[in-house]
Amino acid sequence: MTADAPRGVDAPVDAPPELVQLLTPEGERVEHPDYDIELTAEEVRSLYRDLVLVRRVDLEAVALQRQGELGIWASLLGQEAAQIGSGRALTDADMVFPTYREHGVAWCRDVDPVKLLGLFRGVSNGGWDPAEHNFHLYTIVIGSQTLHAVGYAMGIQRDGAEAATIVYFGDGATSQGDVNESFIWASVFNAPIVFFCQNNQWAISEPLEKQSKIPLYKRASGFGFPGIRVDGNDVFACLAVTRRALQNAREGQGPTLIEAFTYRMGAHTTSDDPTRYRLADELEAWKLKDPIERVKAYLFKNQLADQEFFEKIDAEADALGKDVRSRCLALPDPPPGAIFDHVYAGDHPLLDEEREQYLTYLAGFER
Amino acid sequence: MTTLTLAKALNEGLRRSMEDDPKVLVMGEDVGKLGGVFRVTDGLQKDFGEDRVIDTPLAESGIIGTAIGLALRGYRPVCEIQFDGFVFPAADQIITQLAKMPLRSLGTLKLPVVVRIPCGGGIGAVEHHSESPEAYFTHTAGLRVVACSNPADAYTMIQDAVRCDDPIIFFEPKRRYWDKADVDLAAPGLPLDRARTVRQGRDVTLVAYGPMVKTCLEAAAAAEEDGRDIEVIDLRSLNPLDVDVLTESVTRTGRCVVVHEAPVFTGFGAEIAARVTERCFYSLEAPVLRVGGFSTPYPPSRLEDHYLPDLDRVLDAVDRSFAY
Repeated sequence: MTADAPRGVDAPVDAPPELVQLLTPEGERVEHPDYDIELTAEEVRSLYRDLVLVRRVDLEAVALQRQGELGIWASLLGQEAAQIGSGRALTDADMVFPTYREHGVAWCRDVDPVKLLGLFRGVSNGGWDPAEHNFHLYTIVIGSQTLHAVGYAMGIQRDGAEAATIVYFGDGATSQGDVNESFIWASVFNAPIVFFCQNNQWAISEPLEKQSKIPLYKRASGFGFPGIRVDGNDVFACLAVTRRALQNAREGQGPTLIEAFTYRMGAHTTSDDPTRYRLADELEAWKLKDPIERVKAYLFKNQLADQEFFEKIDAEADALGKDVRSRCLALPDPPPGAIFDHVYAGDHPLLDEEREQYLTYLAGFER
Repeated sequence: MTTLTLAKALNEGLRRSMEDDPKVLVMGEDVGKLGGVFRVTDGLQKDFGEDRVIDTPLAESGIIGTAIGLALRGYRPVCEIQFDGFVFPAADQIITQLAKMPLRSLGTLKLPVVVRIPCGGGIGAVEHHSESPEAYFTHTAGLRVVACSNPADAYTMIQDAVRCDDPIIFFEPKRRYWDKADVDLAAPGLPLDRARTVRQGRDVTLVAYGPMVKTCLEAAAAAEEDGRDIEVIDLRSLNPLDVDVLTESVTRTGRCVVVHEAPVFTGFGAEIAARVTERCFYSLEAPVLRVGGFSTPYPPSRLEDHYLPDLDRVLDAVDRSFAY
């Protein structure tokens, strides 16, 4: 991508932006001159399985919240292709910095879904070892993780390692100062990073127009690196574009901004009520672009999978949902003394004193 | 023994840290070619290269945020915030991310990031260049907060801070940067979390840190002429706080005055007063008194001598303590 040619103040608004798409909503394969991808039948079936299973985990989590077992849940419904496509583009050495909605990417990094649920159930503020999965902890404050990701990428540079960093954020986050600072840092240090923006059109109740007057991927040119918009509901396109951007980063070509154009089919979180701010028609239109249905149609039309395969995946999804549910319900509450653990790596006498005092106080009730 | 200014002692300490551990990085605005606006990082980029002494873009949140990422990759960044009043764009990254990430990871992540902040007034600067923001950070669990007051401590404390696996806010008394003292470059310092009794006395305990330690020592010397024997404690570490040294001292003297440049109201002195009162209640001859800045924004520099505690205001508080 190159920066736009200079335009006068009275120049007309741009034509609708290009969107990299390799699989139409109807399940037709289309070619793209810059981003094509060769996938075996087995690979496509595997992507389909990922998509179905993460949707099933997500559905189970929403149900668990409705039943009072989770404090809150941020659903990924509708964004499965963006997350699985980009997640499956990663190598083991690459590092991921997620928001709190990247359950699909977590799946690709072999993070146990129950560990994600633990955060929302309130048994931990994190829950997994980031180094074990090269998948950082969920970041709640919007956009903060983009700077961590760039710093990590600068570390990769200094190590001379063959790896890249990918950071996830949403359309709303692009208004944050930290995200803009991270673009500057990545650009001037030529950091090996991919900025993966899932534009799901809504920042809780605020539509994209409240965040930007230009398509988000175009922001990149102002910072001096390429930006591209991809069909975020097309798992093939997300995989192809992310794979290329990661490879460019690993080869020293610096950052790329990918805008995955998608839609948040559910509420922002289980505490939100989208009927207050958006129309049902919009939801219906996006249902026709479902990320899973198009892969299913592609597999079916091309006779790459039969009914038995789909039934087998559905059965696996149900079993996974059941397993996640039972293990979530079995998560023990941490003991009260855990409040004081791991606040500091080294000794801290005040915390020792407070821990001892509080546990003594609690023990007083047991006499 | 080598005679060094406080700024040069920090420089020597940083140099030693960088020599000892190739993962130590220095980063901030103007820290490279210029050597920092106070020259604390002078010559380090020349000797350790641009990959280890990083002139960053002008954005404080970016400095701390990327330092967090570098620490997650195994580096030990020492960040410079150019002036106290410029730390607030980075406050979110410090308070929300840096301080809490080790806990969120249940101890699997360590964030050995040092945030150096020149602090305090007395140099005739314009607005936002003379502040004392320590209480914002001592109130944040997960951070260690230290303040050096003299060249010898500056030299060892900065090295100890770099070696520490916890994030540390490292306050440097900017008006004392040019103070000189003998520094033993081979001697290990007092552990980072220990307070030091810098002057022994029987009648009253003055508690200070950073730039006010020198003021308190001057006050103690002046009071000696009036027959008052003042003990002065340099806290060095504000979080954790070395309460035992305070308790031992005030139990003995029966009087305590806390001195800092920051506003008294909900300042760090309030914590000292409360802790000392809890621990030494039956030994106290007077309430713990506090001397500090007023409950106003830092004034224009032509008025700063009125705002900053000086020898006379410290001794006035000592007199009030004795009047009980």
